[in-house]
Amino acid sequence: MKTKSTKLLLNATYLLLLISIIRVITGATDLTSVGTASAALLLSVPIVLAGLGGLFSERAGVVNIGLEGMMILGAWAGGFVGSKHGPWLGLIAGVVFGAVGALLHAIATISFGVDHVVSGVAINIIAAGLVRYLSTLLYKGGSWPGPSQSPDVKGISLNGLPVLSGGHFFGWQSPDLLTPIAEKHWFLISDFIGIIRGITGDLSYVTLVAVLFIPLSFFILWKTSFGLRLRSAGEAPVAAESLGVNVYAMKYAGVLISGGLAGLGGGFLAIVAANHYQENQVAGRGYIGLAALLFGNYRPGGILAGAALFGFADALQLRDAASIRALILLIATVLAYLVYRDLKRGKMLSAAISAVMAVGSVWFYFAVQELPGQLVSMTPYIATLLVMALASQRLRMPAADGMPYRRGGLR
Amino acid sequence: MKQLSPQKIALALAAPLAAAVVSIVVSSIAVLASHKSPIDAYKTMWDFGTQIGSLMEVLNTATPYYIAAIAIAVTFRAGLFNIGVEGQLRLGALFSAYIGAMFTLPPVLHVLAVFIVAMTIGGLWASIAAYLKVKRGVNEVISTIMLNSLAVGVTSFLFAKYFAVIIEGQNNLSTKELPKSAWFPDLVPMLTKLGVPKQPGGHVNGMLIIALALGVVFWFVVNRTRFGFELRASGANPIAARVSGVNSKRMTFIALVISGAIAGLSGLPAVLGETHSYNMGFRSGIGFSAIAVALLGRNSAGGMAFSALLFGFLEVSSRALELIDIAPETYVIMQGSILLSSVIAYEVVRRFKLTLQSKELAMAVSA
Repeated sequence: MKTKSTKLLLNATYLLLLISIIRVITGATDLTSVGTASAALLLSVPIVLAGLGGLFSERAGVVNIGLEGMMILGAWAGGFVGSKHGPWLGLIAGVVFGAVGALLHAIATISFGVDHVVSGVAINIIAAGLVRYLSTLLYKGGSWPGPSQSPDVKGISLNGLPVLSGGHFFGWQSPDLLTPIAEKHWFLISDFIGIIRGITGDLSYVTLVAVLFIPLSFFILWKTSFGLRLRSAGEAPVAAESLGVNVYAMKYAGVLISGGLAGLGGGFLAIVAANHYQENQVAGRGYIGLAALLFGNYRPGGILAGAALFGFADALQLRDAASIRALILLIATVLAYLVYRDLKRGKMLSAAISAVMAVGSVWFYFAVQELPGQLVSMTPYIATLLVMALASQRLRMPAADGMPYRRGGLR
Repeated sequence: MKQLSPQKIALALAAPLAAAVVSIVVSSIAVLASHKSPIDAYKTMWDFGTQIGSLMEVLNTATPYYIAAIAIAVTFRAGLFNIGVEGQLRLGALFSAYIGAMFTLPPVLHVLAVFIVAMTIGGLWASIAAYLKVKRGVNEVISTIMLNSLAVGVTSFLFAKYFAVIIEGQNNLSTKELPKSAWFPDLVPMLTKLGVPKQPGGHVNGMLIIALALGVVFWFVVNRTRFGFELRASGANPIAARVSGVNSKRMTFIALVISGAIAGLSGLPAVLGETHSYNMGFRSGIGFSAIAVALLGRNSAGGMAFSALLFGFLEVSSRALELIDIAPETYVIMQGSILLSSVIAYEVVRRFKLTLQSKELAMAVSA
């Protein structure tokens, strides 16, 4: 009998083995390099934060499509305040701006009962318009790079694990033992070490905080009475109300926390992942965070898995087009597994569709020697679609998610 | 029962009025923030926006908005939300410009052929989201957003690599120009006959006629046909719809594909009526503005026509703000505040009506 955690470990090992094999076959060494793993972590963080934001909101029963807009507000505020008053205040401003966007969403959906998706989409449109307006107003003339970009923000210092990954503490620069092993390209070993070195070295302190938010969210939502009340507002608000829970307050809390986290994710994009705000910087990451939430079946650990996947796809896309070509082979393998699974279950049509797609991917791999940039940049979005297609059917969303609620059971 | 009492009229007007007041207050604050007088700003916008040349521009701006908003409303009526109009219209525009320039047909037929190309491409692209929704349970909001990003990649790839030709003397990449038979006629000659004075450089995109016709067809099909009823039923209550014999999965699929096809058309005012090709400067953002137009117009044919014109008017007239040193982007604040406050106001009025009705009912019962 397998327990849940050994099964997880086993699956992770299979995945690593598969990636190692593909790395050796294709020679795309960037697939598991230190740089890729490091970039993947960096790019996962905003998605994790957006996903956790979605978690708090949807667990309280409010669908939050507006995450994207809240991230946009956070990114803009991060760039604006960060360039004037330093990165930490910039991040705080990001949180505040995200929460202001969330407050609008909360007022519309909770107090006035507007359809959640309608309000969320409206907030996304408004946020994008508002920051464009503010940018033209504030970044006009003078030495600004243009109305679509903020001045540079000072960076936040990096650190890593001592001894293994070259961290520095109180003026002592420790050695970096893992990098040489990662660069040897030994089968499986270097792949594993490369990933470990990538996610334990040269970290921003903000990354560390964001990663800690994952267990913290789990603790708050599942181990505190506040969390229980918040979740009860998303599962059975009327029953919660009858037990004396202030459902409105819980929903407001969930949505505001959601906006704060999304705003932090936006601020992270502007301050840590880049060094200034730029128009279209968020580029759908709020929606991808939502996809990570769904992929993770409304649980913090699942969100991390989903975000890591998208972060990995995004990192490869930014670093190296050749690795994306290798990724196509990976997709073909996953599709082949699906064919096997569907055949076993007797789903002929679905097996046939997967088989056609698998053959198509293999053909594509051999036919295209070099992927053009426009197509490479699509990788995270394709990954999102594929993952959603695979994961959507076993979802168990909070029972009253997205339903308007009114005290006393009024409509 | 359908009498027009003063109370009913007041209720019907309450929401738009409240929304207008809120948005004027918010926009005034935005203008004040740049140390300018809001009254000057509104006066400048009104004076510029009501000139005949500007009004023509308003119509040209509103036309694609209206078509795209109808595409969104089709899904809305079916309880869905197609946010992918932007991608569908971009792909539709690219392919219709490219394929349309490959052949020559008699004038009307050629335009029709281009229409069919645009609708097919838009519908096919939307069918990916429809398939994922119906077969794999993928939320259509997320999938259409992802498909938007994919559409941007696919169009820029196809355009740069295969479809674009270099035009002599121009720095701009563009597809081959469409033959004259595929050009959509301009309405200015007709308007001149009707006594509208000619404007220097003014034109009125003929696709306006198509947009209006589409609005009428939309109203008729949704409100007056069995198909429209099934569409609305599967949106309003999927379980009840299924019990009464409506295949709500099928309706979902059809609604998304039809929506995509209409979205494909909304790229054509630019291609057939203005540039006669697809070029690098193809306007982006129509699909997103159209979401706001559809929401503001409550997904009704008349409401969306009004809000498309309103959005067009704000966009065109705000250009004059530059003359008095106010950022023209102020219009996005106006559009945004109108959108959010009207969405809230409609909900408040709906609730108020419900309370009123239940009170009346209680009175009738006790009397």
